[in-house]
Amino acid sequence: MKETPLSNCERRFLLRAIEEKKRLDGRQTYDYRSIKISFGTDYGCCIVELGKTRVLGQVSCELVSPKLNRATEGILFFNLELSQMAAPAFEPGRQSDLLVKLNRLLERCLRNSKCIDTESLCVVAGEKVWQIRVDLHLLNHDGNIIDAASIAAVVALCHFRRPDVSVQGDEVTLYTPEERDPVPLSIHHMPICVSFAFFQQGTYLLVDPNEREERVMDGLLVIAMNKHREICTIQSSGGIMLLKDQVSTLT
Amino acid sequence: MAGLELLSDQGYRIDGRRAGELRKIQARMGVFAQADGSAYIEQGNTKALAVVYGPHEIRGSRSRALPDRALVNCQYSSATFSTGERKRRPHGDRKSCEMGLQLRQTFEAAILTQLHPRSQIDIYVQVLQADGGTYAACVNAATLAVMDAGIPMRDFVCACSAGFVDGTALADLSHVEEAAGGPQLALALLPASGQIALLEMDARLHEDHLEQVLEAAAQAARDVHTLLDRVVRQHVREASILLGD
Repeated sequence: MKETPLSNCERRFLLRAIEEKKRLDGRQTYDYRSIKISFGTDYGCCIVELGKTRVLGQVSCELVSPKLNRATEGILFFNLELSQMAAPAFEPGRQSDLLVKLNRLLERCLRNSKCIDTESLCVVAGEKVWQIRVDLHLLNHDGNIIDAASIAAVVALCHFRRPDVSVQGDEVTLYTPEERDPVPLSIHHMPICVSFAFFQQGTYLLVDPNEREERVMDGLLVIAMNKHREICTIQSSGGIMLLKDQVSTLT
Repeated sequence: MAGLELLSDQGYRIDGRRAGELRKIQARMGVFAQADGSAYIEQGNTKALAVVYGPHEIRGSRSRALPDRALVNCQYSSATFSTGERKRRPHGDRKSCEMGLQLRQTFEAAILTQLHPRSQIDIYVQVLQADGGTYAACVNAATLAVMDAGIPMRDFVCACSAGFVDGTALADLSHVEEAAGGPQLALALLPASGQIALLEMDARLHEDHLEQVLEAAAQAARDVHTLLDRVVRQHVREASILLGD
């Protein structure tokens, strides 16, 4: 189904409200919606609710042979799916642009910033490493998918426990959870994405836009930071932003 | 990569450049007679080719036509021989798609699309040799190609990459410096107004250093602008000589 277009009067209403520093749900400019995290029964399963946006994250692992040019590192694989129940506009064939953008942003944020120690995932160098797969499903779309997805990915990775292995010479023994307790992943830091939406050519900005605000925004800036005040990723999309001062004030 | 010093004590990088120095840039416009606009740029060893077709009628479904603006369609392709190892890249893979989207975002902001409603502008970029800074080379090549095609733009779009090593910001990273794993920033700038069309950063960088790296990238982009400006003027001068003015 094609997305229902936003009517002109609704667009004008939203923009006028933003000019007067009012948001539809009563938040202030820099207010986040309430975040609720709940865990499933398995290790590595979590559901994150950012307002009404809901993302399900599940981590699984598997022993595979490593990539040829990185023989001593484990493999980390992220996959975000926009499920059809999230919004009527999400259909199997139609979502490619948004999907590629979100997936690449997540990959860059979590993989390039080395939040997981991939060397610790190596079992036998050059032969067997752990492949950690993070699957994220968007269950409900009410704006700001990227923040919810990054929180879900980080939380799921922290919650996950992988089975214990031991190597004796050439033999690799994989222990079941009954034999030995599963081992958590070694996480260096936790990058969390924060989204800023720009309106009226950069004059007004909002944190954590909901779905209506996303429709009328000019551009989006996503900054991922961890608690050591390091910036892991910055990505701007759509429109022009004035000057570096704005970017500096946002961090 | 132990032992690989990206910045020596005297302030020289691996290829002998200083921290804020760009690689040698050579560019040519009008390389293809067939296309509406084309350009070729060499930034050090990174070589990129850009071709522009348009504005023309929307190909494919008419429903995609925007009633008040032109549609900008960008496609990025990386040759199999562009990297050290010959790597066959499928056409629709995620990285090419993402680059295409980023290029589209950059040029939608810069091209005056309101002047050509219900039409389409195609920008095709091909990377022939990738030695770091591929996004920047693509943007610079595409800017020249769009200018060659005569499509009105707000300003040049100049892009450059920047990194951060040992407390100093480096401008215009080469492949070796990128592969070392430090933070990398790619910035596309409209020089006259200082507006940022695209900002992208990877890997961990402490927020105190962001200002410095941004400034280095912006300065490098402005330097690129001076060079591109010279190339365009040279091209116009040659064209007017041929026309006998």
